[in-house]
Amino acid sequence: MITLEQVTKIYQAANGSVTAVDNVSLEIREGEIFGIIGYSGAGKSTLIRLLNGLEKPTSGRVVVAGRDMTRVKGRELRKARQEIGMIFQHFNLLWSRTVRENIAFPLEIAGVPKEERNKRVDELIELVGLSGREDAYPSQLSGGQKQRVGIARALANNPKVLLCDEATSALDPQTTDAILDLLVDINKRLGLTIVLITHEMHVIRKICDRVAVMESGRIVEQGEVLHVFRNPQQPITKRFVKQLIEPEETEEAISHLFGQYPSGLIAQLTFVGAAAGKPLITEVVRQFAVDVNILQGKISQTHQGAYGVLFVHLDGARDEIDRALDYIQRQQVAVEVIHDAR
Amino acid sequence: MLANLLPNVQWETMWAATVETLYMTGVAVAATFVLGIVLGLLLFLTAKGNLWENRFVNTVIAAFVNIFRSIPFIILIILLIPFTTWLVGTMLGANAALPALVIGAAPFYARMVEIALREIDKGVIEAAQAMGASTWTIIWKVLLPESLPALVSGITVTAVSLVSYTAMAGAIGAGGLGDLAYLEGFQRNHNDVTFVATVLVLVIVFVIQLIGDFVTSKIDKR
Repeated sequence: MITLEQVTKIYQAANGSVTAVDNVSLEIREGEIFGIIGYSGAGKSTLIRLLNGLEKPTSGRVVVAGRDMTRVKGRELRKARQEIGMIFQHFNLLWSRTVRENIAFPLEIAGVPKEERNKRVDELIELVGLSGREDAYPSQLSGGQKQRVGIARALANNPKVLLCDEATSALDPQTTDAILDLLVDINKRLGLTIVLITHEMHVIRKICDRVAVMESGRIVEQGEVLHVFRNPQQPITKRFVKQLIEPEETEEAISHLFGQYPSGLIAQLTFVGAAAGKPLITEVVRQFAVDVNILQGKISQTHQGAYGVLFVHLDGARDEIDRALDYIQRQQVAVEVIHDAR
Repeated sequence: MLANLLPNVQWETMWAATVETLYMTGVAVAATFVLGIVLGLLLFLTAKGNLWENRFVNTVIAAFVNIFRSIPFIILIILLIPFTTWLVGTMLGANAALPALVIGAAPFYARMVEIALREIDKGVIEAAQAMGASTWTIIWKVLLPESLPALVSGITVTAVSLVSYTAMAGAIGAGGLGDLAYLEGFQRNHNDVTFVATVLVLVIVFVIQLIGDFVTSKIDKR
């Protein structure tokens, strides 16, 4: 659906040039939810704007729905943009228009006749759950409602692709989840390809099928969300994954416990997908002469399955512990010994 | 009773002068509104980072605006005498005041328009572009509607200035309340005429401000 071939974007600034996007190649499939995560300044805003031609690449090719976005100009570019919806962090609604008029705006641009326009707006209001608020002005809406208007507006011309520019970053956690659920619903119902950029791992975890990690203009890692979670390669990816499943307090709490266990070892067990559902600890205790003490645990649900982390203290004879660890590993559970007091 | 207090006021003349002032102000406000918006839009659109970014055009318009905004109005009228006589055919009467009024007020208003446009969130313009809007659509459906309250309060301020400009234009024979106050009131030492003319000017100004504030609050949905 979307192909980026060695795309580079260089800005000329007063004090030299800045490479915002550095030789990025990506392939985004039809109907998937693709997330791009990175800290601010990583170049993800520029990258997403290359997809609808708001930015032109310095070199490389951007193909969206069979159209080379680097070549099209004028009327054809505007036509192409009508097939790519976009939502924004700060919603960017016209405050002078009501909900209904805001949603009608892209239809006016596309030259849809008035009667058809009204019909389509009604459908969209229904779709995003804004019935009853049609005639409110944006200033009378909550953040979540504003983003719903943004989504309805982006979907008005039946786009093939929806771009989300930090769409939930200005919302509270509860509203974020509601908006993310809506995006998944739209993705399923309309078969829409969604590309989103974010700095929140939570967003990736919750709705993305695949993820790309961006750092100083480059894609440093990409793949299936669950795969990247299980096996992060780059330091930055590890940091993002850690942020999600292992908040700072955990780290503190665990290191505090080191002193309390003069023998045995502390290990971090990472479960992915089906492995998260098995009674692993029971099996270990039954089969090996070890004591298992669960220190902390957490399971997160991703779009593709469960993902869990368990911190345990294992004590017993040296080779018995080793055999237990070996057994755990054979159950497709990643083991990382984080403190060995033996 | 009124005739005793204001012995020299001839109400018919006073009324005719008021109509002249209203006429000059009305036409000048309308022309200033249009010309100011065109100039303001050009200033905004050709500025750095905007849709029609063009340094040369921007500099030329900015220079024009700054020059005509800076010339004191009474001097501007005199400087424009050849232009006015060429355009209107005479230097006397209300119509002869119009070119100077518009040329004096439009650059002032253009700056206000520019400021109003700059207040619009860049994100909203970007959103319209992302929807495939053309520049014309963005001007008509985003820039002007989104800045309308500021455009209206700006034209209100400009209209109030225009009322006082018409009084100055009166000094060179344009007619209106200023002319009356100067010729009948000041030069013939009829203080009551000056007084009534002043009160009428104040009433006009208050009414303009009231209408402006009312319209602004009606259209501002922020």
